[in-house]
Amino acid sequence: MTVPAETFPVLPNDAGPSDLQRWRDDYRRRRTRRSTSLAGVSTAVFLVVFGTLIVRSPGWPRVRESFLDLEVAKDSLPAILDGLWLNVRVLMVSAVLIVIVGLGIAAMRTLRGPLWFPVRALCAAYTDFFRGMPLIILLYLVGFGVPGLRLQGVPNSPVVLGTLALVLTYSAYVAEVFRAGIESVHPSQRAAARSLGLSYGQTMRRVVLPQAVRRVTPPLFNDFVALQKDVGLISVLGAFDAVRNAQIAADATFNFTPYLVAGLLFVLLAIPTIRVADWYSLRAVRRQQASGAL
Amino acid sequence: MTDAETTETPGEHTRDIVLSCEGVVKRFGDQTVLRSVDLQVAEHQVVTLIGASGSGKSSLLRCINLLETVDDGVIRLDGEDITDPRVDADAVRRRIGVVFQAYNLFPHMSVLDNVTLAPRLVGKVAREQAEDRARSLLERVGLADKAQEYPDRLSGGQQQRVAIVRALANEPRLLLLDEVTSALDPELVGEVLSLVRELKEQGMTIVMATHEMSFARQAADRVVFLDAGVVLEEGPPEQVLADPVQPRTRQFLARILEAGRL
Repeated sequence: MTVPAETFPVLPNDAGPSDLQRWRDDYRRRRTRRSTSLAGVSTAVFLVVFGTLIVRSPGWPRVRESFLDLEVAKDSLPAILDGLWLNVRVLMVSAVLIVIVGLGIAAMRTLRGPLWFPVRALCAAYTDFFRGMPLIILLYLVGFGVPGLRLQGVPNSPVVLGTLALVLTYSAYVAEVFRAGIESVHPSQRAAARSLGLSYGQTMRRVVLPQAVRRVTPPLFNDFVALQKDVGLISVLGAFDAVRNAQIAADATFNFTPYLVAGLLFVLLAIPTIRVADWYSLRAVRRQQASGAL
Repeated sequence: MTDAETTETPGEHTRDIVLSCEGVVKRFGDQTVLRSVDLQVAEHQVVTLIGASGSGKSSLLRCINLLETVDDGVIRLDGEDITDPRVDADAVRRRIGVVFQAYNLFPHMSVLDNVTLAPRLVGKVAREQAEDRARSLLERVGLADKAQEYPDRLSGGQQQRVAIVRALANEPRLLLLDEVTSALDPELVGEVLSLVRELKEQGMTIVMATHEMSFARQAADRVVFLDAGVVLEEGPPEQVLADPVQPRTRQFLARILEAGRL
């Protein structure tokens, strides 16, 4: 079975890279340098052309005055940051609730047997309804409708009700993402688990769900980024969040700069999540496939 | 290689019949994949199912393991009718070990967790005990050092050996192997087949669908040729593989021979 060592060809590795390899490496390095400088030049040209176009437009002085007033920005920043902290708290609480509710609905939709028909039907109706309902309308319905019932013990805080509306809508989306993940697990994984004697529930919990959750994490990050800015919508119920506080500042100064401040803060908030999401998907891709030239 | 008492002699009846299929019929829609299959497997026997793709080998194995419901006929495991719809399918599956062609192992678990999952969850064995046993099984197949690895770090042959070990961890009464070497590179087939041969020597009862005719000839007690959902021919390997009675069997073997597998 074993092949004598001397039958292996002697590889020129210990002599260092060959001329051919050195030429190739060199060529690739030159190409990379060329691409980088080309990208730099084209970006600079683009920025100059685009910037000139805006700055030289007839309405620019007015726009700069009402959207880019540094004084107004500085004055409104503390209140907006204060409001943003509320947004962040709402974001954290609703994200956790959405994952729990979404995963629950997705798992319930996969239940089999006639006994579970009403549960399945209810979950299907839920995802249909709340994916179709515009979030802003749902916010009004929940935010003003629920307190209108005047029931004892039902909260009427706009923050709580806004969170509820966000959870209702986003859970419907997230449930579908989880369901797609559950269905993407190869059927022979279930067969393997069941043939070991695991019950349906054990198979779901130990074999299918862990793989499904791993697979849908990148798209879930995307929904999280969307949620990060949609938490600003609770301002329509009168919650004093970043958007609402920007609105108050704008109304007081007759200047739109506070909106820009709030908007940029939301972008800053989203960037770390977006980077983490990109890093995570890239890692998943690298794990699954060997690198190639394309 | 042949064992006198495993051939079709009257002595057969003195051994316990582990598995018996009587007139098993399976339809998918209006397609009948098993027309009427009769098959008996005695304790410690290795029976290989051969036949072209679509002849019903996999369907039969899936029916025996209750992954598919049988339309007509009866399958008995140790005399108990397991095709009775009132039977506890999970409990039956626990007594039967199965290894499929591919995608066997759970990719999100280490080798050790793959092997111990069923004993811990289903057999209610304590983790430590289950792991001790898993380690000794892995050692027997030469994979003790891979216990903490994840399946995608293993070669195809190593993965299939782990899959077999995982099936054995349940201490099954019957082992079903569904073309366990078909997805493997030729040089990895040997290590899996030699493990199957070892199991046979240890007395495991095995039903194995395979295209490895040389293995069937050396290791099987009986070869069963399935064609279009029926058992067309069965007997000791030297007869079925070397001197088949049925023209269809001859045709099939000739094609296999052409492909260089015999």
